[in-house]
Amino acid sequence: MNATALIAEDEPLLAQALQAELARAWPGLRVLASVGDGQSAVQQALALRPDVLFLDIRMPALSGLDAAATLADDWPAEQPLPALVFVTAHDEFAVQAFEAQALDYLLKPVQAERLQRTVARVQAALRARGASAAPDWTGLRALLGGAPSSAPRLRHLMASVGAAVQRVAIDEVLAFEAADKYVRVLTGGREFLIRTPLKELLPQLDPEVFWQIHRGTVVRVDAIDRVTRDEAGKWRLTLRGLDEAFVVSRLYADRFRAM
Amino acid sequence: MAAFNPRTVARHVLIAAVFNTVLALAISAIKGDHFAPTLLYSQLIGLCIWAGIDGGRYLLSPQGWPGVRPMAVLVVVAVFAGYALGLTLGNLLLGRPLLASANNLPGATVGFLLMSLALGAFGAYYFSSREMLAMARLAQEEAQRQASEARLRLLESQLEPHMLFNTLANLRALIATDPPRAIDMLDRLNHFLRATLAASRSDARGGQHTLSDEFARLDDYLSLMSMRMGPRLRVRLELPKTLAPLPVPALLLQPLVENAIRHGLEPSARGGELRVAAQREGSTLCLSVSDDGVGSEAPAREGFGLTQVRERLQALHGAAARLEWHSAPGQGTQARLLLPLPDTP
Repeated sequence: MNATALIAEDEPLLAQALQAELARAWPGLRVLASVGDGQSAVQQALALRPDVLFLDIRMPALSGLDAAATLADDWPAEQPLPALVFVTAHDEFAVQAFEAQALDYLLKPVQAERLQRTVARVQAALRARGASAAPDWTGLRALLGGAPSSAPRLRHLMASVGAAVQRVAIDEVLAFEAADKYVRVLTGGREFLIRTPLKELLPQLDPEVFWQIHRGTVVRVDAIDRVTRDEAGKWRLTLRGLDEAFVVSRLYADRFRAM
Repeated sequence: MAAFNPRTVARHVLIAAVFNTVLALAISAIKGDHFAPTLLYSQLIGLCIWAGIDGGRYLLSPQGWPGVRPMAVLVVVAVFAGYALGLTLGNLLLGRPLLASANNLPGATVGFLLMSLALGAFGAYYFSSREMLAMARLAQEEAQRQASEARLRLLESQLEPHMLFNTLANLRALIATDPPRAIDMLDRLNHFLRATLAASRSDARGGQHTLSDEFARLDDYLSLMSMRMGPRLRVRLELPKTLAPLPVPALLLQPLVENAIRHGLEPSARGGELRVAAQREGSTLCLSVSDDGVGSEAPAREGFGLTQVRERLQALHGAAARLEWHSAPGQGTQARLLLPLPDTP
């Protein structure tokens, strides 16, 4: 099997060491590029389309987790997602989360025996690939959502409209969409902007009432009308009461499998 | 024993009651009075005086210690009022005329009053001093706990697991590719750990060493960080020879250098330059740590590192030393320490 890989690791010696260990553990693997930050990882992965990604968690510009989430959304729909292996030196939370989600990860310094097991797993995943989204990516979704929180449910939003502050009841909100530094709040007839990031908003929303469908989009489940697939293979979702269509990330697409 | 504590009050009542009983026994033995009425008067008067003193001091101060002068006034007032009240209550209970004993035996009344005064003062002193001692002990324990907590936090911040494990992973990689450099890095890690542990064991002021030692320890740490970050980190250490032997608190600059790496250069994909410099400005020693990394938005959010440096400066030089800090997004961060130079002979 002649597979290709991309390594994203901000410490050059560790990137070299991983590449050297990989050459021993998987001689057929071709490393297409080795990059030092999360942003370059996304760009190079989209340009080179490797079969396997080795992503360091702590990297400048964009963390490994956020890079993976971005890739899941931007990866061409007609191509299967690459296999995913996270690399971390010490991050108890991440390691526990990886274990819980059966995500593959390597602890630095990477040891030959452990790497051998990961290689075997990735090879099996690549052989089985194509039928459905790799299990790695579904697990990533839980990781990005963060730990289930006991944060009190939000009932109102306060959005500034000119010089005034407008109260918006959560019950009226149909969708939240991240836009640059703001989050757009869409109700039946109006649109508001708030500064609270989606990441902070999510734990305060009822997961039964609102579904995340993309790293930047959360919609009211009861308002979902239909999900359609365009020619490029992208899933788009429409809501009752709104004209816009929203792109569904493949991380969340399995929620819309027909019954 | 801050504030009001029901268990303490109950214990004081018990002690007062036992004391009153002993007093009644003594009086009836010496003067040959009947024991029962003597005990009744003794308890009533004693407890009234106690209630006046112990209750009064909590009314005057939530901590139960209003100070020496208010306490003395309180004791005198409480003794007279308590004596009168206890005596009146006793007379009421036994059906005697209210002011009977005071009118009949003015000499005995004054004697009893003086005795009560002395005993009240002694009791107040005894209980208060015990509580003051206990309070001082608590305060000392609290201070000790805070000091060791601060040391632990300092150690945790400097021996951060992420830094240690990444450094070890780099060393492991170097052993295979460049053994002489691996040995050099291992020696530097050794020095860094030794210095960090030593600094965490000394008191808040920390030990002192020379400025050249300080720069050597920074060089160890920055060499390890250069090994990890590769070409992303460029380091400039500038120490004029004339300043090298000056004494400085050990690892004073370390938190500033760590901040520059962690918040300035590590988050930057292109990296940048870190400059540590010492210079003399008149009678002031100026130590600066600057980077051209990502910078930060809010200078209001002062982290543990900056706070710790400020506290050490305050402990050593008071208002004579200060820390200046500037940062802006995209413009890096500059920290400057200004210390009074020791008088040159």
